[in-house]
Amino acid sequence: MYGLRSRYAAFPAIPVGATILPYGNGRSYGDSCLNPGGALLLTRSLDRFIGFDRDAGLITCEAGILLADILQLTVPAGWFLAVVPGTAAVTVGGAIANDVHGKNHHRAGTFGRHVRQFELLRSDGQRLTCSPEAHADFFGATIGGLGLTGLITCAQLQLQRTPGAGMDLEIIRFANLDEFFRLSELSDQNFEYTVAWIDCLSRGRNLGRGLFQRANHSANPMGHAKVRMGHLAMPFMAPFSLVNAATLRLFNFLYYHRPGIRRRRREHFQSVLFPLDSVANWNRLYGPRGFYQYQCVIPEQTGPEATAQLLEKIARSGQGSFLAVLKQFGNLSSPGMLSFPRCGVTLALDFPNTGARIERLFTQLDEILAAAGGRLYPAKDARMPAELFRRTYPRWREFARYVDPACSSGFWRRMTQGEVVLDGAAPPTVRA
Amino acid sequence: MNRILVIGATSAIAEATERLLAARGDALYLVARNEQTLAAIAADLTVRGAPRIATESLDANDLSAHEAMLERAESFLGAIDIALIAYGTLPDQKRCESSVELTVRELHTNAISVVALLTRLANRMEQRRAGTIAVISSVAGDRGRGSNYVYGSAKALATAFLSGLRQRLRPCGVAVVTIKPGFVDTPMTAAFRKGVLWAKPARIGRGIVRALERKRSTVYLPWFWRPIMFVVRALPESVFMRLPL
Repeated sequence: MYGLRSRYAAFPAIPVGATILPYGNGRSYGDSCLNPGGALLLTRSLDRFIGFDRDAGLITCEAGILLADILQLTVPAGWFLAVVPGTAAVTVGGAIANDVHGKNHHRAGTFGRHVRQFELLRSDGQRLTCSPEAHADFFGATIGGLGLTGLITCAQLQLQRTPGAGMDLEIIRFANLDEFFRLSELSDQNFEYTVAWIDCLSRGRNLGRGLFQRANHSANPMGHAKVRMGHLAMPFMAPFSLVNAATLRLFNFLYYHRPGIRRRRREHFQSVLFPLDSVANWNRLYGPRGFYQYQCVIPEQTGPEATAQLLEKIARSGQGSFLAVLKQFGNLSSPGMLSFPRCGVTLALDFPNTGARIERLFTQLDEILAAAGGRLYPAKDARMPAELFRRTYPRWREFARYVDPACSSGFWRRMTQGEVVLDGAAPPTVRA
Repeated sequence: MNRILVIGATSAIAEATERLLAARGDALYLVARNEQTLAAIAADLTVRGAPRIATESLDANDLSAHEAMLERAESFLGAIDIALIAYGTLPDQKRCESSVELTVRELHTNAISVVALLTRLANRMEQRRAGTIAVISSVAGDRGRGSNYVYGSAKALATAFLSGLRQRLRPCGVAVVTIKPGFVDTPMTAAFRKGVLWAKPARIGRGIVRALERKRSTVYLPWFWRPIMFVVRALPESVFMRLPL
């Protein structure tokens, strides 16, 4: 493991033939943030702000800063991050490298769309200031580039106005998938943030039932309560997965029928946007074998049909967990060569790791996904077949030309195994 | 608002402390060797809310430069309410054992230069009859250990000097705070394997700010080092000398 004393520090010298991978706060679910057999370059020490233009809503900071730290500073000043993922415990560099999305994708697109510029430090010592105008090719490769194009040292982000820390939230129960799509269509016009929780065990005419959440930043004031991280905690590793068929059935039933639905209420943005951040080490619930997440996006035309097929398969398998999320992406294009989001519907489910049993289910889901023209999210993946990746991310070969010769990851090796990656193409030229 | 001078302002513990001070609106005069890092920290602290901030590049081992630095700090701040001395180096004990020169240099950095600064600061604050002096010493100064006694003895000197200074300055209302962190995960200790006793600089920073507010005499950070060091100090030398510490 290598560290950095400051953003001015040189790219670490690693042994010839070795590889290294920038590592932020380690919130990716699979091996895209790991480099087995190689080195990691820890970036959390790069946590200084560089500037904050309170009139224009521009924040410039080092890449190891957490989104939570930014919000703590900017929300009292009337600014919110344009896009946040489901946890605020990720670094700015990680948010760029995974081109993360949020519950407002239909309005704001991905995180990368709001990145004005960043500095990319390559292993040969070059520092490239990348933006849509300058080194645009490296800009496009690095957004969603999974840390493979070099180290992002600092970045400038465009924020959006917010009246305060409060959000007006509505929760609506829906009985099946058709109702979800109708609600989503309707809500996306008037609500900035929309997402649905799904009871992944429901079947038949209840297939895809769940709770639809829609929210806007509230114009009514609410105290700028601190962004609280982990005030609840899972204090120890469960000896085996506490998420199993019995607990899941009980939880899903109670959660679906919970009272207090449909009343509009004011909540702190933390509980609306980052519900899991309030429980530190929630992953320990799954026991030492951990869990997988299966997050896919399916294009608009095939979306409803394929989602139904996926949910049917999952419900019949009896596997799954209470984390099952459905959301419609909008048609704003993603700026990265390997960005995951595209127009359509995204489904994300956690599964306790049950070994061969879960892999069999995944293989079946992959088939439905491939037939529907969908794809999986690298940031959440630990098992996707390389062939599926290469087919569904057609720009991967173009992207490979921008991969820093010193950088690699478990995910990247898995996806490119046995392939001639560079295909004889000349490496990209860097113009000053 | 407090007016605060930090010497060794780029150390990880100092920076963590400065972030808290900046956020509550204190004026800061930051002194350290590396100008580039100082500028980066000053920019960061400005974003975090510091209303007034200035920096100065200084090698604390250059004792002849101290007086002019203190002069400039005082003229920028108006007066120094709190002076925090936060710099230090962690000597390579093994190399020190075969180099008198290195040993003396480390003692100079971690003890002599601190004493020089304290002497000047104490006289200024004694005259004003107000102020707080805080120094980051270490639990290592509580007892010399075979694996780290050059550093430990330098910190022991600082700790003893501070306790004397505290007695001397108490009647004129000047507080002296001795801060004794345990193992802290910083660039200074990057080479160590980290266990349960290790703390992050942010936690130490919170402890320092609290100690400054309450003008505590001696604080162990985190708190659990107090009972640990009580035991370590209480062990008879005949036992202690046999321990592989």
